[in-house]
Amino acid sequence: MIEIRHLSKWYGPTQVLDDCSTHVAKGEVVVVCGPSGSGKSTLIKCVNGLEGFQQGELVVDGVSLGDAKTDLTRLRARVGMVFQHFELFPHMSVLKNLMLAQIKVLGRNPDEAATRGLALLERVGLKAHAEKFPAQLSGGQQQRVAIARALAMDPVCLLFDEPTSALDPEMIGEVLDVMVELAAEGMTMMCVTHEMGFARKVAKRVVFMDHGHIVEEAPAMQFFEAPQSERAQAFLSKILHH
Amino acid sequence: MNYNWNWGIFLDQVKGGDETYLDWLATGLGWTVAVSLTAWLMALLLGIAIGTLRTLPSRPLATFGAAWVELFRNLPLLVQMFLWFFVVPELLPKDWGLWVKRDMPAKEFITAAVCLGLFTSSRVAEQVRSGIQSLPRGQMHAALAMGFTLPQAYRHVLLPQALRRVIPPLTSEFMNVFKNSSVAFAIGVMELTFQARQMQEDSEQGIETYVAVTILYFLCAIIANRGMAVIEARSRIPGLIGGSH
Ligand SMILES: Nc1ncnc2c1ncn2[C@@H]1O[C@H](COP(=O)(O)OP(=O)(O)OP(=O)(O)O)[C@@H](O)[C@H]1O
Ligand SMILES: [Mg+2]
Repeated sequence: MIEIRHLSKWYGPTQVLDDCSTHVAKGEVVVVCGPSGSGKSTLIKCVNGLEGFQQGELVVDGVSLGDAKTDLTRLRARVGMVFQHFELFPHMSVLKNLMLAQIKVLGRNPDEAATRGLALLERVGLKAHAEKFPAQLSGGQQQRVAIARALAMDPVCLLFDEPTSALDPEMIGEVLDVMVELAAEGMTMMCVTHEMGFARKVAKRVVFMDHGHIVEEAPAMQFFEAPQSERAQAFLSKILHH
Repeated sequence: MNYNWNWGIFLDQVKGGDETYLDWLATGLGWTVAVSLTAWLMALLLGIAIGTLRTLPSRPLATFGAAWVELFRNLPLLVQMFLWFFVVPELLPKDWGLWVKRDMPAKEFITAAVCLGLFTSSRVAEQVRSGIQSLPRGQMHAALAMGFTLPQAYRHVLLPQALRRVIPPLTSEFMNVFKNSSVAFAIGVMELTFQARQMQEDSEQGIETYVAVTILYFLCAIIANRGMAVIEARSRIPGLIGGSH
């Protein structure tokens, strides 16, 4: 589903991704972790073309992103993304947030979009809040809405960039529950997260990044039980202490 | 002071005509409002477009927007008024220039409204630009990530938020339009300031004249201010204090 081959990216003179290769097969969950500034967000934003890259190859669902002829808009409509700071549209109701792209991008009619939107809100346990505005919800609720909004587009895969790191600890669980459920249903997911419990439970593999490199990639159990690189060991000992 | 107060002057007939001075002021107010509202409408449409251009990734478009703003913001309004009235028609192709000078209907009004509209558009554009730039970058990312085109992202996500944020500074721009419209008298638009000068000379009751004109300008500003306040209240986003983050 997602093939990343020898990807390199520079911001001006500074290299932020250095020869990164990995893949996510259909129905797989891959967790990306690593210290701050290691390039995790940059990598995941390359996957739906929010960031460009200079070298390498990136193919998502058969579409090559390096190709100048690729219709990025079309691809993005099929790849869902969930952000650290939710990024719900604050000027429209929760339901409108779920309907807008269905109508404007997929061309669904408003009734259809509303039905689909309400069904997804029900699924994340927020149907009662459909007419509220994002700022009237808690962080955990907003992130669940954001997940529902991504699902409303019937994506072929979902990208998560630290979906729980802006949340108060007591709200992390409700968001992870939704993500675990999605994984169980076979959703293809690439998740930047430091939630190691989540990674253990659902991740097929863990990708560990540092300074723009993919330093280590291993099946989740192996990564946690016996990390190979020193940097991964140091990183794990730090986050597992918290 | 030997001033002959006459507050009844407004109902007197003007010299050599059958209108009253009140009629003159009413006509003036009418032109002031017409010039101001036309200019404001233009300024809003152009200002939103130019302000948007300035935030685009495209270099040429952003440069065009910047040039527009600097051009119209940095010349005195009165000079711009004269340029549009006296100089621009000379620069047009000969036939057009002649038509503008001789046959264009409501020539003074159109020139004044266009000039004030362009001048104000540069100021609106700056507000709109800063409004867009004040939004979290993630909003644009979220919009694009859902498959919106860049124009759709602006139309549905960025501009509705940015415009709400800049209602307070736009309110003062709207009030400024009414004040700045007085410059139109210099090219012969029979707006409030023009009528005031005429009434003062004709009636020799300068104080009453300018007290009345002051009140009328003041009313325009208040109504503009209240109108924008209503829009601000109506567009307020539930859950956000003061309508922004
Ligand atoms: N627009 C940009 N221009 C220049 N450098 C950038 C830009 N965005 C990110 N960087 C740099 O690229 C590197 C990788 O950033 P990135 O955001 O991908 O890291 P990250 O692993 O997601 O970190 P975090 O855990 O803090 O989110 C950092 O050194 C950052 O300073
Ligand atoms: Mg990041």
